[in-house]
Amino acid sequence: MEKLMQDLKEQIIQQLNLQEVKPEDIGDDQPLFKEGLGLDSIDALELIVLLQQHHNIRVAKPEDGPNIFYSVRTMAEYITAEKAKQA
Amino acid sequence: MMQGSVWIAGGGVISGIGRNLDECMASFEAMRPGMAYMQHLHSSHAGTFPVVEVKASNEELAALAGMPAHWSRTALLSRIAVQEAWNASGLGSISDYRVGFVSANTVGGMDKTEDFMAAFLADPAKGKLRQVVHHECGAVTDLVADAMGIRHHVSTSTACSSGANALMYGARMIRAGMLDVVIAGGTDALTRFTLNGFNTLMILDQQNCRPFDDTRTGLNLGEGAGYVVLVSDAVAANIRPWCRLAGFANANDAYHQTASSPDGTGNFLAMKGALEMGGLQPEDVGYINLHGTGTQNNDSSEGLAITRLFEKGVPPASSTKSFTGHTLGASGGIEAVFSAWALREGIIYPNANFSVQMKELAFSPVTAFSRGNDLRNVMSNSFGFGGNCSSLVFSKE
Amino acid sequence: MRIFIQGAGCVSAQDSGVFPGEIRRYEGDRLPVADPDYKQWIDIKQIRRMGRAIKMGVAASHMSLEAAGFPNPDAIIMGTAYGCLADTGVFLQKMVSQHEDMLTPTAFIQSTHNTVAGQIALLLGCHAYNNTFVHGAFSFENALQDSLLLLAEDPSRQILTGATDEITEYSHTILRRFGLYRQAVSAGEGAAFFVLSAEKGATSLAQLTAVEMLYRPASEKETADQLAAFLLRNGVQPGGLSLVLTGRNGDEGNDAYYATVERSLFGDTPIAAFKPFCGEYPTATAFAVWMAAGCLNRGVVPQEAMVKGAAPAQPERILIWNHHHGKHHSFILLEKC
Repeated sequence: MEKLMQDLKEQIIQQLNLQEVKPEDIGDDQPLFKEGLGLDSIDALELIVLLQQHHNIRVAKPEDGPNIFYSVRTMAEYITAEKAKQA
Repeated sequence: MMQGSVWIAGGGVISGIGRNLDECMASFEAMRPGMAYMQHLHSSHAGTFPVVEVKASNEELAALAGMPAHWSRTALLSRIAVQEAWNASGLGSISDYRVGFVSANTVGGMDKTEDFMAAFLADPAKGKLRQVVHHECGAVTDLVADAMGIRHHVSTSTACSSGANALMYGARMIRAGMLDVVIAGGTDALTRFTLNGFNTLMILDQQNCRPFDDTRTGLNLGEGAGYVVLVSDAVAANIRPWCRLAGFANANDAYHQTASSPDGTGNFLAMKGALEMGGLQPEDVGYINLHGTGTQNNDSSEGLAITRLFEKGVPPASSTKSFTGHTLGASGGIEAVFSAWALREGIIYPNANFSVQMKELAFSPVTAFSRGNDLRNVMSNSFGFGGNCSSLVFSKE
Repeated sequence: MRIFIQGAGCVSAQDSGVFPGEIRRYEGDRLPVADPDYKQWIDIKQIRRMGRAIKMGVAASHMSLEAAGFPNPDAIIMGTAYGCLADTGVFLQKMVSQHEDMLTPTAFIQSTHNTVAGQIALLLGCHAYNNTFVHGAFSFENALQDSLLLLAEDPSRQILTGATDEITEYSHTILRRFGLYRQAVSAGEGAAFFVLSAEKGATSLAQLTAVEMLYRPASEKETADQLAAFLLRNGVQPGGLSLVLTGRNGDEGNDAYYATVERSLFGDTPIAAFKPFCGEYPTATAFAVWMAAGCLNRGVVPQEAMVKGAAPAQPERILIWNHHHGKHHSFILLEKC
């Protein structure tokens, strides 16, 4: 889980072109949207593609986004659960 | 300097529900929306998303347009609708007037550029250059202007509101005395570029779109072109115009790059501005042709802005995109033609696929086609990316 | 009614601050913009998604608003021939190479032609009239014409108007294949914005007298007649110009057209060229207006710009005449104020 969260932070920075943000600046439980990291609805769509590209997981309903992408930890938990289903 | 009225002398339209205005009217009357799986565009999403294609190959359209079939479909569609609009105006020879052409489109000759890219990306020395020669939005407009013999012309592109902005600019050039006649509207062919673009936004419906329905989940892309012929008082005096372009306004939502503000600030400002310019009250409006794309966001924002402006009661309203799909840069032009014709014929168009009332709204769209309504003023809304919001008001006199 | 340029901002291959002081020269067939530090004007959170066409446009618009001391325009009107080409290219490339799968929205959203004017409105919180003209070498000219119309309709307005266009690897490769840079022509890019209003103020740089477009003139003779008529309508004799600032770009046929018309119309009037400084692109006339306004305001024309005659001191009236492949011609008249 720690490794996955670290990878996710790097992937998020790269996918969203978060200039001047380092992986260690993003807390595991810090909210990614609004007052947290300041992401918005376009970023949510980018993160859906990130899951598809890097983790082979398709999010069918964009309305699930806010729960999955609440924080790096919720993303990692979602990925772990989906992987378990795929296996 | 700014004086006089601007009249609609005629209009022409080609869309997925008909190759001319008569055919489109027949589709509305028969409740026949144009959604289907694509026959002419090639895309890996062909079996996923219904679209509203003009039911004709490039070769057929080229024959109708009198243009080569290898030119952008956007130009072919434009030429066909422009010619119909001109014929409908009864103005005779185009060389007898100071004529302008203001045509909106959002991606120019992209249908050809995307074919070019496959070869070009494999080898930058490859790819037929004739496929990119009309890539620019303006190049498409030039082709049609040349075919019509018009030398005063321009393209606008404010995404999905650009067709409406074309009418405004044309009307203002007439009022300033620069031109006597302006053919104004928009055109856009279906492309993989826009289809995939809207797909990344996850706002394409896999079923037929359901504007202003609580169960709506997105839009269907369409294609087509629509133009009106705008004329000055002096020119209008010699013909029987359809109606008058009484008011228009362009405002910016300044909220988000693609999404509308929840209360539809820009939508409200555009509609209010158009009424004010026409010297009208909300209760004077007999029918609203909604922007009504079928996305959660648009219909909610537009509906709330309408509720706020039309506080004494919302007039009959419908989204003709439930028949034509969202034709992007063409939609403002196509819906201007529908709105002006509605006024002339007393028609109120149906909104297809409506069944569940939206929770946040107290009004619902009209679901049946009707003629013989006593309409005095009709409003047409067009909203787009970049916060661009435009509203037009047509009046009988 | 007289219209004044109250503030101007430019991002070009020249240094935005000093022209016509030190002039930057470039080798090769490309004059890239000397990118300023865009973070001066744009928040780091917003900049991350912006392509260069957007950054250049936002930066130039901010400079012009700052110079005019006017943060809230009553309209935002711009021109762009190609729009946000880089993002268009990115989306097309991924769409083709990934077979329409796993595409992301950012490049698509940014590719839309009206993104620049939309972003400017968003950053300013400006709900006013917002329009984008996309028509090759008529794009900026129509933005100017629309601005003049809006001011005629309501002279109390302050209008932000300008243009932006960018070069990308794809566009440069394709245009080179069309043979555009076969001769001494260099590709260009850039953005220039202006604040226009009807009242002369402390910051006014120059008067924008008129703009006109001419499409597909049949001959040099027709162009000369139209140009003379344009000047006369605006109370200027062809001989009364201090300078004609042309769109000569190094292409022999293209430049000969200017010379033919000049011989019949302008006699000894000094002739200059602006594209050696900004390169060839459809909205380069926005750079020309920035340059001409600076010349009128400072009373200096750079000698390096001259094609014929000496650089006039204290110029009074400058005509900008540009044509694109002999098909799209535009005339813009500026006067000292």
